[in-house]
Amino acid sequence: MPILSIMILLPVVAALVAVTLPGEAPEQAARARIVALATTLLEFALGVVLWTGFDASGAPFQFVEKLPLFAPYLAWHLGIDGIALMLIVLSVFLMPMCILASWTSISKRVPEYMAAFLLMESLMIGTFAARDIFLFYLFFEGGLIPMFLIIGVWGGARRIYASYKFFLYTLLGSVLMLVAMLYMVGIAGSTDIGVLATTDFDKGAQFWLFLAFFASFAVKMPMWPVHTWLPDAHVEAPTAGSVILAGVLLKLGGYGFVRFSLPMFPDASAQLIWLVFALSMVAVVYTSLVALVQRDMKKLIAYSSVAHMAFVTAGLFALNTQGIEGAMVMMLSHGLVSGALFLCVGVIYDRLHTREIARYGGLADNMPRYALLLMLFTMASVGLPATSGFVSEFLVLLGLYQVSTWATFWMTTGIILGAAYMLYLYWRVAFGTAAGEDARTMPDLSGRELAILVPIALAVLWMGIYPASFQVPMKPAVAAVVDRLKGRELATLPTEMSLTPALPTVIAPAHAAEAPERTH
Amino acid sequence: MIQLLVFLPIVTALIAGLGGRVIGATAAKGLTTAGLFVSAALAWVVFTQFWLSGAQGYTVHVLDWIQSGDLRVAWALKVDTLTAVMLVVITSVSALVHLYSWGYMAEDPSQGRFFAYLSLFTFAMLMLVTADNLVQMFFGWEGVGLASYLLIGFWYYKPSANAAAMKAFVVNRVGDFGFSLGIFATFLVFGTVSLDAILGNVGAHAGQTFSFLGGRADVMTTLCLLLFVGAMGKSAQLGLHTWLPDAMEGPTPVSALIHAATMVTAGVFMVCRLSPMFEASVTAQAVVTYVGAATALFAASVALVQTDIKRVIAYSTCSQLGYMFFAAGSGAYGAAMFHLFTHAFFKALLFLGAGSVIHAMHHEQDMRFYGALRKHIPITFAMMTIGTLALTGFFFTAGYYSKDAILEAAFANGSDHARFAFVIGAFVALLTSFYSWRLVFLTFYGEPRWAGSEHIQHAVHGDHGHDDHAHDTHAHDTHAHHAPATGTAGYHPHESPLSMLLPLFVLGLGALGAGWLWHESFVGAHEGGEFWRGSLAFREPLMEAMHHVPEWVVWTPSVAFFLGLIGAWYAYLRRPETPAAWARTFSWAYAFLTHKWYFDELYHFVFVRGAQALGGLFWVRGDQRTIDRFGPDGAATVVAAGAVALKRFQSGYVYSYALVMLVGLAASAAWFLRGGL
Repeated sequence: MPILSIMILLPVVAALVAVTLPGEAPEQAARARIVALATTLLEFALGVVLWTGFDASGAPFQFVEKLPLFAPYLAWHLGIDGIALMLIVLSVFLMPMCILASWTSISKRVPEYMAAFLLMESLMIGTFAARDIFLFYLFFEGGLIPMFLIIGVWGGARRIYASYKFFLYTLLGSVLMLVAMLYMVGIAGSTDIGVLATTDFDKGAQFWLFLAFFASFAVKMPMWPVHTWLPDAHVEAPTAGSVILAGVLLKLGGYGFVRFSLPMFPDASAQLIWLVFALSMVAVVYTSLVALVQRDMKKLIAYSSVAHMAFVTAGLFALNTQGIEGAMVMMLSHGLVSGALFLCVGVIYDRLHTREIARYGGLADNMPRYALLLMLFTMASVGLPATSGFVSEFLVLLGLYQVSTWATFWMTTGIILGAAYMLYLYWRVAFGTAAGEDARTMPDLSGRELAILVPIALAVLWMGIYPASFQVPMKPAVAAVVDRLKGRELATLPTEMSLTPALPTVIAPAHAAEAPERTH
Repeated sequence: MIQLLVFLPIVTALIAGLGGRVIGATAAKGLTTAGLFVSAALAWVVFTQFWLSGAQGYTVHVLDWIQSGDLRVAWALKVDTLTAVMLVVITSVSALVHLYSWGYMAEDPSQGRFFAYLSLFTFAMLMLVTADNLVQMFFGWEGVGLASYLLIGFWYYKPSANAAAMKAFVVNRVGDFGFSLGIFATFLVFGTVSLDAILGNVGAHAGQTFSFLGGRADVMTTLCLLLFVGAMGKSAQLGLHTWLPDAMEGPTPVSALIHAATMVTAGVFMVCRLSPMFEASVTAQAVVTYVGAATALFAASVALVQTDIKRVIAYSTCSQLGYMFFAAGSGAYGAAMFHLFTHAFFKALLFLGAGSVIHAMHHEQDMRFYGALRKHIPITFAMMTIGTLALTGFFFTAGYYSKDAILEAAFANGSDHARFAFVIGAFVALLTSFYSWRLVFLTFYGEPRWAGSEHIQHAVHGDHGHDDHAHDTHAHDTHAHHAPATGTAGYHPHESPLSMLLPLFVLGLGALGAGWLWHESFVGAHEGGEFWRGSLAFREPLMEAMHHVPEWVVWTPSVAFFLGLIGAWYAYLRRPETPAAWARTFSWAYAFLTHKWYFDELYHFVFVRGAQALGGLFWVRGDQRTIDRFGPDGAATVVAAGAVALKRFQSGYVYSYALVMLVGLAASAAWFLRGGL
């Protein structure tokens, strides 16, 4: 059964159905909701089938489908390894939550809205499953269009500015990446990602190719200093849009790094770790401090996302098993936790129609269930052990420490700053006393809202207590990447971490002496 | 059995916390309390096996946790003598505090939540002490931090409680920052995070150096100091101590359990658990000793001028933790654990006694409005006196044995840092005696000064419900209390109910007898080695030397006890006008002490205001005026101008983008070349 093709095409069909449903506007909206929910639930079921059917000790890529559509330029070539699998599972897990979260809060042009989400689901699955580089490019860039529409049509007051900014930022990177892809296909003579990932490009070329891809992925992550589109996009996006943006779209950058940059340009990656580390360090300190002074909840969480994504980049470019596995778990964990945090904001936004933190307060009184779940997600965000946030943060920093103590030192300040801005947020929202009568009388979570948040909470704890379920499928894929990077010459900076025997201490120039030999 | 002991509290906590509304408050309280008593009974069984039957240490594997590359972390329970001692302390005090809270929290509307938090805390603390690897220890470490945060902020409608809760968490995170780096560095050196593998392999790495932050550093010193930063945070040592006094915003049973007997001693436990590592670095031991001694002195000096009864005890705790650290730094890990053990009894007793006083005085915590209470609450008075005798080291009480052991060990060690600690420790014993008896005299002796208290006035005039804790009751001197006035204002303090007194009796027994019963086991030169059985680095020669120190060293603590007692008696009973006169004469010193050496002011200015200013700067100047202005907004302006749209659009965008990137790259490159990677 071509399960991946089904997962990609089913939402497209459902989207067409949703916009062509018969009936008056209200009935049409109700039917569109049901179509969307049923489709996303079915997709989730298929995702579970993938997960259980995936054999971690089997072939590197499974569920492979190949159809020479416009060969040699473009082939419908799909297949997943553990990394793609887990990201697909994350996407199809979050989708039904998004539909449910939009159940009552979206009343304008509902069929089109649902169709946009369904299209996005299709494109995201396609991005992760594509094994052809141009097919990947189509899905990767195409995924922006529904998001652009969701913000531009169903967004807040400054939605045009936000969607414009979003588009502008991503445009440049995409163009450079496409040029780089064309060049690579010309050299390797194949559009197959597997072939490209084992082609040894010339080192000089790798450098420029790396930077071209970097421009695209850095914007998608987003890395400092190309992050400023994210807070605006989040603020203006409807709740479900934010969830998908934070939960899945931000993962495209990290996925790109691990699927393309690291295996295809291993020498350039090893040479440019300093660039990635520097930007990641700045991002953690800078955006955490900025998050501390935010008055808008969504902006605060958006800035915290930038800091968390910096852990992903730093972990990936630690180039070792712990770093890369940590980065992968961080992508999954952040997808769940920041998605849940945006959903939590949506819950109270639906009641009071403001994201201003000062308008809330004392929610522990009238919304105890909400306060409990928000506490859990807050703690997961600050990386408390036994939540998913800890496993990922810990592995990233542990891996990073083996490469650079300075980078680890600055990245680890994130655990202090993260606690500061998240607890300050929690204090102002859930503790204290209500800012006004409207905040005091807000009802606690409804059954629908519990059905959205509780599964995410359980997943966060599961990933925190027994992460093996999520790590094991990814291990062979990560090992392959690490293998490909093994023995590459790292940036020639004093990164030497080996232990020297007891006194007298000699700072051996071994590094410089060995390096030229390894380059051949 | 150990699984049941450890996991029972989390099961009851989850039932009480999530199902509290369904099963009701009484069931929630009963379930958690019963669970804790079962755990405590099991803990005593475990302890007895190690104490009397000479059981061997063992590890129970529960579940794999994090595995990645060479990293193997499991959920596992490691039990040896050191763990068994902690198990007894944690579960016993926790069970008694659960019981006590039946009375103390009787009128609180969210008791289910309170008991669930207490049990959650106990679980995390048990996981901490049974950890067989550093990462699980970190789990317990953070778990108790979470529970502490939740319990300090339990009355979440009080702004001061929220501020204190957040402060506790964030300051502890500064310690965790060091702890985390310590774990990473340990893994780099040892290739494992398992305690057995690390401690068994210390010798192979002692004396090595590695690169750290651009320089080369001694491996063991670096590891120990990084991990010790974590211990400093959790155990409120000087520099990272500021959260502990503020933590008194939490309900008093919480202060007794978390901020006196158990959580704050986690740092001491950690140093003892890792004692073979500290033994391999003289520098690290010296740092631990100096920090401990400085904390002991600092906290005792501040305790002299506090007027809030709980804050006096809080600073006292901070000070006693300093004793434990300098004992460990002097190589007397057994003595550090012994003081941890006895301190748990008498400090929990003092806190719960203070709670009983506060209960009797209608939530008034300011000792300036106490006085003459011994006649009204005689049982509380008796128990508080026992606690004070033990704390100040009166003959044959628990504190007498453990504090003497520490001072003798510091003297016998003979190194410069240990001698320094001995001198400081002896002086602090004097201060301890002074402030402790000051507390007793102000509270239980003299004339009643209740009329000045707002709480008492409210109680008498009946416009202030018992359950209303919302008042900002901490002892900032500018607080809207009336000027101290004498008289009872017609108020009748009442003795606490049996559920509150019973724990006091049990703890009183411990405060009197625990030292006498166990001192041979914990610090005896020969029995000690047999008792600890390798669970910490036991220096037999040092323990032996302790018993041969000069006579005057042995007598020093007792002299300090009497001098402090006489001083307090003179200043607060014989000539009650003395303190005020001293405060006027030495006004600068008084201000220095009442402002707690200005740590809070300094930290607020540098870190809180600094972080906010930087955050604002980065946001407005960085994001908005630089990145956006030269990036997308610049491009937008150009587009809006409409001139040669496409060309200008692209060039404007690309140039400003490139400019920002270049500046960033140049700055980071320069920074890297300077500091090394």
